[in-house]
Amino acid sequence: MISEKIYKRIIATGGVLIVGLLLSIFFTLFINSMPSIKKFGFKFLINKTWDPVFGNFGALPFVLGTLLTSVVSLIISIPFSLSLSLFISEYYRDRFFSKIFEIFVEILAVIPSVIFGLWALFYLAPIVRNIQIKLSLPPTGVSILTASLVLSIMIIPYATSVGKEVIKLVPYDLKEAGFSFGATHYEVIRKVVFPYAKSGIFAGFLLSFGRAIGETMAVTMVIGNSNFLTFNIFHPANTISSLIANEFLEAVENIHISVLIELAFILFIITLIVNFIANFIIKKMRVSL
Amino acid sequence: MKVLKDRIFKLFVIFCSLTSILPLLFIFFTIFKKGITSINLEFFISLPKPPGEIGGGILNAIVGTMLLLFFSSLISIPLGIFLGIFLYEFRYEKIGWFCNILIDVLQGIPSIVIGIVIYLWIVKKMEHFSAISGAFALSLIFLPIIIKTTKETFEMIPFSLIESSLALGATYPRSVIKVLLPCAINGILSGILVGFGRIAGETAPLLFTAFGNPFLNFNILKPVSSLPHLIFTYTMSPYENWHRKAWGCSLVLILFIFILNFISKFRLKRWKVKF
Amino acid sequence: MESEILKIENFSAGYSGLTVIKDINLSILKNKITAIMGPSGCGKTTLIRCINRMHELNREAFHKGNIYLDGEDIFEMNPVLLRRRIGMVFQKPNPFPHLTVYDNVLAGYIINGIKLKREEKDKIVEETLKKVVLWEEVKNKLHLKGTQLSGGQQQRLCIARVLALNPEIILFDEPTSSLDPKSTVEIENLLEQLKDTVTIIIVTHNISQASRIADYVAFLYLGELVEYGKSEKIFTTPENPKTEEYLSGKFG
Repeated sequence: MISEKIYKRIIATGGVLIVGLLLSIFFTLFINSMPSIKKFGFKFLINKTWDPVFGNFGALPFVLGTLLTSVVSLIISIPFSLSLSLFISEYYRDRFFSKIFEIFVEILAVIPSVIFGLWALFYLAPIVRNIQIKLSLPPTGVSILTASLVLSIMIIPYATSVGKEVIKLVPYDLKEAGFSFGATHYEVIRKVVFPYAKSGIFAGFLLSFGRAIGETMAVTMVIGNSNFLTFNIFHPANTISSLIANEFLEAVENIHISVLIELAFILFIITLIVNFIANFIIKKMRVSL
Repeated sequence: MKVLKDRIFKLFVIFCSLTSILPLLFIFFTIFKKGITSINLEFFISLPKPPGEIGGGILNAIVGTMLLLFFSSLISIPLGIFLGIFLYEFRYEKIGWFCNILIDVLQGIPSIVIGIVIYLWIVKKMEHFSAISGAFALSLIFLPIIIKTTKETFEMIPFSLIESSLALGATYPRSVIKVLLPCAINGILSGILVGFGRIAGETAPLLFTAFGNPFLNFNILKPVSSLPHLIFTYTMSPYENWHRKAWGCSLVLILFIFILNFISKFRLKRWKVKF
Repeated sequence: MESEILKIENFSAGYSGLTVIKDINLSILKNKITAIMGPSGCGKTTLIRCINRMHELNREAFHKGNIYLDGEDIFEMNPVLLRRRIGMVFQKPNPFPHLTVYDNVLAGYIINGIKLKREEKDKIVEETLKKVVLWEEVKNKLHLKGTQLSGGQQQRLCIARVLALNPEIILFDEPTSSLDPKSTVEIENLLEQLKDTVTIIIVTHNISQASRIADYVAFLYLGELVEYGKSEKIFTTPENPKTEEYLSGKFG
């Protein structure tokens, strides 16, 4: 039988594996985006033209498209995820109804993104098209708004699962003190629950935001794949991930491939930062509470 | 006024909560209604036919998904449990804390980025798409799930059980293999099932790796189709009867995922080891 | 007749910087029940965890001095083999949840990878369960998981799995503190029976329990051995005023 020392040594190789894996992912992306970084430098991020035929590559439409879709989807989802958190952990805590809602939220999290995309393409896009017609805009149906709508549904579970946990952590005696002053439930939520749980709730939103930024399939299917810069959420556009999904296999020129990898690298870094902050807040709350 | 505000807020919360599950119910309803009509025996046991022809099935995608799941399990399950043990053993040390963060990072990487990484690692070297590259891509998503559940289950097991094993004259490594692991096996298993459900629905990492294949393929060195990938290509096609196939395929996929999650949640509880 | 089995000499132990027990000298006699008493935090548990070298599993732990088992220095021995000679029963009953009652008795063999024939196994299980007076209660439940038994039964099962390895000494770390009064009496009666075959060292903060079962009593206070002697003497005419205070419930 192996001794404890050898066991520890064998197990310790796990650390080498994990660090090695993450470093290789990082450097694979970094090295392969070097040609693009060298050629376009920082201008890449502010150039608004994307023209693979003439080798003119600018990331601005996609960076903006990504930010627009994720921010809009986050804004739409906030009232819903917050309400669900309050419903589950505050108003109907430990009751039958909150269990049902918890199960619903869990189910929402396991539905594959491609199925959301399929549904959105056939049911959300027509609704958006009607709105576009009313506003006398080109009736594409697929647009930033369509993508944001489906994303807002998809990210609800992430904010809700964190939100409901931190709201449960609010000590009962604090709330009781509020009630004893004759405060209404609404006032207790605003003055006691929210201040206490705000950083956790914020972390939940960040997690949702991170999901929205990286989400590919559902977005690709309903955003319209337009490479032109737009600020109008009723226009078709592209996010970084949907652009990669569309063009990566069609890219022939080495520089085109490298540009797409650089975009993947940027996406990796952004999600890394967002997730990092969110996880940091969540871990800190667990420790201090 | 005060009471009115309270009432309105509560109504608002209830209203929003109810609305937020409407899309879910609607999605279910549509998938079921649209999917059930295209499902029959032929759907499961035959290969796709060209867009104009009636009939045909999704056997290639079912086989493809099974191949992908099987080979990514082969990679991820042993490795994931091993790395879970690593994180558990080093949980009080800096390196363990740091690797824990790295696993969070790995879990947060957008799946499309993972597709690119595996493309660069494997597909580019092999010079063609393959089931095995798809399995590796899915493994990078599967791994953190297994690692985390393994570590978390281990942490829930009372340390006194290991102590008892040591007090019976067992070495530490033996106590891990003979006591810790068997006690944790249920938790790990449920993590594996949840992970299955997760990777069975992943499309983005397969776009540049497993790629898709309209024919039946058992060779892991060749491209394969998969349920989510087939849904994607059929949805984006202009053919009406392919759209119907996509709904049918969605129903199959979603039922598969539900069964996995259901087993992991309810069935495993009955076998659960109590402390 | 009265021979010494364990000798503790000038022994101190603790955790990085914090000394928990100081300069203990103690001789444990064979086939007797020795109770180690004292208020909580006095180092009782640390002391017995040093005897089977469980203490050093903590990375911060240190120890000084010597312990001899039958004249052999335990710190020179292989800790794994030592622990098969000195068994331990813990505060909370903790049968292995993944093993059946039957396999729990054989846990020491199973975990250590010692192969036994079917008849040998049956024999060990039946004999050991009879020794801990559990056989009649569980002979039809051998296939159940160990955790499905009642608390008192679980604790006797934990004693059985230690006994199955035929140890010379068994250390009990407050074995009845989480049990109901009825189960406590059963365990106490069991200990009386077991001392014919093994030497028992029991940590307890229950004074009346010590007086009921112990042949010898060691009284520890703030990590130091205050008094050690025959139990009748300690309970009737203690030499040290500290012991008297403790026995009369002055501190807890």
